[in-house]
Amino acid sequence: MNVLVFILLSLLKVAVVTVIFLTAVAYTVLLERKLVGRIQNRWGPSRVGPFGLLQPLADGIKLFLKEDLMPDEVARPLFILAPIIALSCALISIGVIPFGENIRWHGVDMFQIADLNIGLLVILGVTSIGVYGIALSGWSSNNKYSLLGSLRSTAQMISYELALGLSVIGVVLRTGSLRLRDIVNVQNTHGILSWNIFGGLQLIAFFIYLTAAFAETNRTPFDLPEAESELTAGYHTEYSSMKFAMFFMAEYANMINVGCVATLLFLGGWSSPFGNLLPAFGGPLVQALLPVFWFVAKVFCFLFLYVWVRGTLPRFRYDQLMGFGWKFLLPLAIANVMVSSLALAFRG
Amino acid sequence: MHLALFIIFGLMCLGGAVNLLLQRHPINSALSLIVVMSSLAVLYLLLGAEFLALAQIIVYSGAIMVLFVFVIMLLNAGEEERTHGSRAAYLAGIPGVMALFAVLTSTFFTLRTSFGSARLGGFLVTTQDLSRVLFRNLLLPFEVTSILILVAILGAVVLAGKER
Repeated sequence: MNVLVFILLSLLKVAVVTVIFLTAVAYTVLLERKLVGRIQNRWGPSRVGPFGLLQPLADGIKLFLKEDLMPDEVARPLFILAPIIALSCALISIGVIPFGENIRWHGVDMFQIADLNIGLLVILGVTSIGVYGIALSGWSSNNKYSLLGSLRSTAQMISYELALGLSVIGVVLRTGSLRLRDIVNVQNTHGILSWNIFGGLQLIAFFIYLTAAFAETNRTPFDLPEAESELTAGYHTEYSSMKFAMFFMAEYANMINVGCVATLLFLGGWSSPFGNLLPAFGGPLVQALLPVFWFVAKVFCFLFLYVWVRGTLPRFRYDQLMGFGWKFLLPLAIANVMVSSLALAFRG
Repeated sequence: MHLALFIIFGLMCLGGAVNLLLQRHPINSALSLIVVMSSLAVLYLLLGAEFLALAQIIVYSGAIMVLFVFVIMLLNAGEEERTHGSRAAYLAGIPGVMALFAVLTSTFFTLRTSFGSARLGGFLVTTQDLSRVLFRNLLLPFEVTSILILVAILGAVVLAGKER
């Protein structure tokens, strides 16, 4: 493999994926506003462009042009570092996620930036580092609401990370590998029947993952870190302009990441739900892009679920949140690991 | 390439460790410790221990240090006073450290042939290899360690429960 070609193609991949990812983040915000609007029987944004489709662009320009206020008493280096940590950790995870079949062009995998043996662990590791963004933002703001918000958020993330980590063990046991491509390849033999959620009997693990992921991304019904009624805006109270936008983007980028990981681990990744029932049609290009379509469709369903839950469920009380995490999700996750490993050992 | 990465992250690790001692504010020290642990993870990765590297990130940088930062934030600890330290620390500490350093250096130099060698980026210990060693050859120590941790957790629960 030519080194120069490798470097150029890798840079191209990174650029394309980053641009698509950031656009997806912007349009997830619009999707949320539109859907929540419909759930609440109103229109949502509809003025900028056709059907309000240019709203993210207008929001972006607005946030860029706003004055960047920095209060006097903040711990300046950490105050600036915090949103950078939050956003960069949210953007790194996408680098190990495979979007489609392993199709090589000049010896370079076209649908994944980096294929690592320990891809799943990288995602968990990056998620656990991302906590610092929120923790430091609250502390460095020198504001009681920010500090309370970030304390809540940190405690919540530590508690639910355990359940999150344990919920994926069943999937790893079934695959026998931490490589994300291997995890998907196990699931793409008989379409929807061999997905981990049904064929791998990981329905409970999926539920645990889903709940823990909602808590990890600070989304309703676990959005206590930014509970408006008690904490003004939580950890990002003192942030304005692009620094606020970075937190905002990090939250939505994390939603998409979680959706991608859930798709890969439980919903068969890029594999078609019909398996081989669907005849191969179109040329090789269509066949190469069809898996990407399935992947994106599944992630979209996941994002839809996110918004739907936000429009439906009220917020937890803080002690309920902790009790739910430690007394219900964690034992359930441990039981799931035991039952899954026993079943796998019994089957051979 | 590997050597360049080793030098960069080795320096980052040392810089973080020195900064950890020099910083006056506990949260800055904790952040330096995170830098030290994360750069150690990269050094493990350079030696081909990929699982260990990520376990280092998840457990140490991700979980334990988050708890450190959490406690510092919760107690809202302020900056510590800069003191001169005790006379005894200067009299006994500096020669002691130098003696320890000398002993370690001489030991490493005399025994370096029997240590074997590990090349940077030369080989890869996969998760399967690691777990095979851990669950076959070292099963008993592994399980004993887990019981030790369980006892520690129970102890912490008992100590915390006594307050009420």
